[in-house]
Amino acid sequence: MPPVWQASLSAQLAGDESLLGWFETDLDSQLHYAPGLVALTNKRMLAYCPQKQALAVTPAAASPSKLNGHLSQWQSWPLAADLKLHAIDQAAVGTLELCDATSRLASWRYTAARSAFARRLESQCAAIQSQRGKLSTEVVVLPTVCPSCGAIITSSDGICAACAPVAPPAPVSSLFRLFAFAKPRALMVVLGLLLTFAGTAASLVPLYLTMPLINNVLVPRFNGQAVSVQLACWYLVGLFGSAVLAWLLNWGRLYVTSWVSERIASDLRTRTYAHLQCLSLEFFGGKRTGDLMSRISNDTDRICVFLSVSLVDFISDSVMIVMAAAVLIYTSPMLALCTLVTFPIIVWLVYGVRRRLRHGFDQSTVATAHLNNVLADTIPGIRVVKAFAQEQREIERFDRANAHLVSINDGVNIVWSFFGPIISFLTELGLLAVWAFSVWLIFHDQITLGVISLFTGAIGRFYARLESMLRIVYTTQRAAASSHRIFEILDRVPSVPEPVNPVHPARLQGRIELRGVRFKYGTREVLHGINLQIEPGEMIGLVGPTGAGKSTLINLICRFFDVAEGAILVDGVDIRSYPVAEYRKHIGLVLQDPFLFYGTIAENIAYGRPNASQAEIVAAARAARAHEFILQLPDGYDSLVGERGQSLSGGERQRISIARAILIDPRILILDEATSSVDTETEREIQIALDNLIRGRTTIAIAHRLSTLRKADRLVVVERGRIAEIGKHAELLREEGAYARLHKAQMELVQGIGV
Amino acid sequence: MNNRVATHLNASDFHLQHDAFGQAVLTLPDGAQHVGVHAVRGFPISDPQRGIALCTAEGRELVWVDDLAQLPPAVRSAVEAELAQSEFLPKIQRILSISMQTDPSEWNVETDRGQTKFLLKSKDDVRRLDQDRALITDAHGVRYLIADATALDRTSRRILERYL
Repeated sequence: MPPVWQASLSAQLAGDESLLGWFETDLDSQLHYAPGLVALTNKRMLAYCPQKQALAVTPAAASPSKLNGHLSQWQSWPLAADLKLHAIDQAAVGTLELCDATSRLASWRYTAARSAFARRLESQCAAIQSQRGKLSTEVVVLPTVCPSCGAIITSSDGICAACAPVAPPAPVSSLFRLFAFAKPRALMVVLGLLLTFAGTAASLVPLYLTMPLINNVLVPRFNGQAVSVQLACWYLVGLFGSAVLAWLLNWGRLYVTSWVSERIASDLRTRTYAHLQCLSLEFFGGKRTGDLMSRISNDTDRICVFLSVSLVDFISDSVMIVMAAAVLIYTSPMLALCTLVTFPIIVWLVYGVRRRLRHGFDQSTVATAHLNNVLADTIPGIRVVKAFAQEQREIERFDRANAHLVSINDGVNIVWSFFGPIISFLTELGLLAVWAFSVWLIFHDQITLGVISLFTGAIGRFYARLESMLRIVYTTQRAAASSHRIFEILDRVPSVPEPVNPVHPARLQGRIELRGVRFKYGTREVLHGINLQIEPGEMIGLVGPTGAGKSTLINLICRFFDVAEGAILVDGVDIRSYPVAEYRKHIGLVLQDPFLFYGTIAENIAYGRPNASQAEIVAAARAARAHEFILQLPDGYDSLVGERGQSLSGGERQRISIARAILIDPRILILDEATSSVDTETEREIQIALDNLIRGRTTIAIAHRLSTLRKADRLVVVERGRIAEIGKHAELLREEGAYARLHKAQMELVQGIGV
Repeated sequence: MNNRVATHLNASDFHLQHDAFGQAVLTLPDGAQHVGVHAVRGFPISDPQRGIALCTAEGRELVWVDDLAQLPPAVRSAVEAELAQSEFLPKIQRILSISMQTDPSEWNVETDRGQTKFLLKSKDDVRRLDQDRALITDAHGVRYLIADATALDRTSRRILERYL
């Protein structure tokens, strides 16, 4: 009971009254957000109305009471024998009604998020009413199940732990998470850093050597003093030597850092793909193929380039700046101060740019993914595009996505083109300031020519490094956006969770039981309480109009989704207790449109059991009546099929997918029959193949063919998410109910009446 | 033909001869004879010596041979001769030249059946079988085998590197 209600509710309760159940509503009668409460005690029904006016209440039944001098919004109804609570779910809102034998007494509205709780109260009330004779205060409380992931909610505030939204992380923090991928290669990373330091130091030496070269060799000679040529040679040799050293060290650094970053990106790709495989079908329904592919290939690429090029440059540049600043300060503190005066201004500017660029790059990445989505959509569906002659429209659609991308990149470029040259301008100003100050110092005889040459040389490098560091800002933003998109996948929790205490299935018998199964797609409830028991080896045919919920039922049995309420038990154990992969190994699935991977026919047939022997593959193909047409192909079982391989007809692909299912020898078979008709010869072959497949296994078939319907042990007619009829073919025809109607329509179609 | 019993006959139980018209005649142990049978390899690329089927001209399977090596020598040579008749897979020994760097390109090759030219339509038609073997399909569907890429001379290997 939420604390906010406790006080006011306990004030309402009489001395011997005890609270049995409660339900928090979140809408008022006008469907505005307002909190309310409906409570069930052993004596009455209490409700708090979020409005001044009572909602839909018969004045005689309600008894508003006074509390604290204000007209309280609490109402109550004594618990009569005929009082009933009824919860109705519509699309996004629901209604909880309190009725007696003659009329509706009151109603409350709530959003879909609360529907599980409304139903809980409904069943609690029903339980109490049915126990009136026993008068016990123990009420059977059904566990609350989370409507979206099916996990049992244990917390009292009704928030499901499994699908509570993860707080979005700060943008750049996703870049720091990449460190976790760098840890296994720590040694090489440290080596790379050492090489960076050494290389930077080595490249600063020539700069420093110019000072003594000028002061001790050139200037005295210019002034007419004698200088040994050997000294000059030594300086020159030193310059050459340090240049060679810097070259070697930088070569080492580049090799090591690109080695490390290549592996980090590869690890990232593998981890992301592996995690993607664990995620449930729900995730794939929402994201589109192009977006997912773009994340795994483009985004990881970008991160790799960032790590190997930008990050390394950034580190070596910062090291260079720090070392150069140290040298300058050591040589002449006053001049160094002047040099560094423009530095803070530039840093401040960079910070402003960073924020604006980040937003632009996020948009740019989304626009690029959208462009890829358009491609991923239209290219596989090119047949439909051509059949309906919509090429021009698709070109325009692509154009629009393209134009959108261009406009977003324009926005980003505008910001960048403005800020880029300003930086150069400021560095020129910095240089000017140095010249001015050094002229003043020379006039006051405070510094030598060598020092000036050192400073002007250093400043050139100093500000050049600063400019390249700003370029890094650009790529960091892009990389941060990319790594955020990658971690979005890695952070996603699979909504078909693995059980905490798994029960390992031995050879399953194939007894399936569905108990009170309910399911929703989003807010639309598709199954309204299915109860079904299937014996091992039985063949069940699912029939019904489209949208009735047949495919949903099959998805639930395969555990592609978890039930919202109720349970599915196989061999007496809830399927949620079996480890997902092990459970699915016992199920064979033959789909409407069989998907064949790009590989040989032998590989496709053995997909569920890659170690199957040649003899087993051939036996499975024989049983599926596919052996003979496979022999006709130029490469036999080694023919390549799939997207870029041999194209097979629908009937041939059906039979290969039947062979695939036969090979894994499942106890439970799910068959989603193709609705397309094939020629009678192929039809006969497929029939025989299916017979071989179904023999001895518990089969659930979404049946369209009359022959399948006749063969089924029982037919289950599903209409609008409920089971309408169950029985054998002949019995159902005699009943002349829903099945008879469907059957008649099918017969008319087959016989072409009315054509 | 309603007898759909598996025709997995024992290896030694059949005979294969050629008649006056040069057609292969299969004699099954129950005395039935089929004229014009073809020998087909089930796994021509991955396992050519195992899984051979003898089919009728229409494509119906009559006999399945698990392993050629288990056949009696006479039958084996007959089956192998029949296979050799219908299979045409030149093995490329040397790639002399290709006309262009981009596809489609015309290849001039020397094979174990003589020298020939063929047109390669695209990169996808060069199918890598495993580490050193490849299968090339030309524009007319004729296939060429590269049995061992490492055994080729340097020019051939360099040309092939772009495709594998």
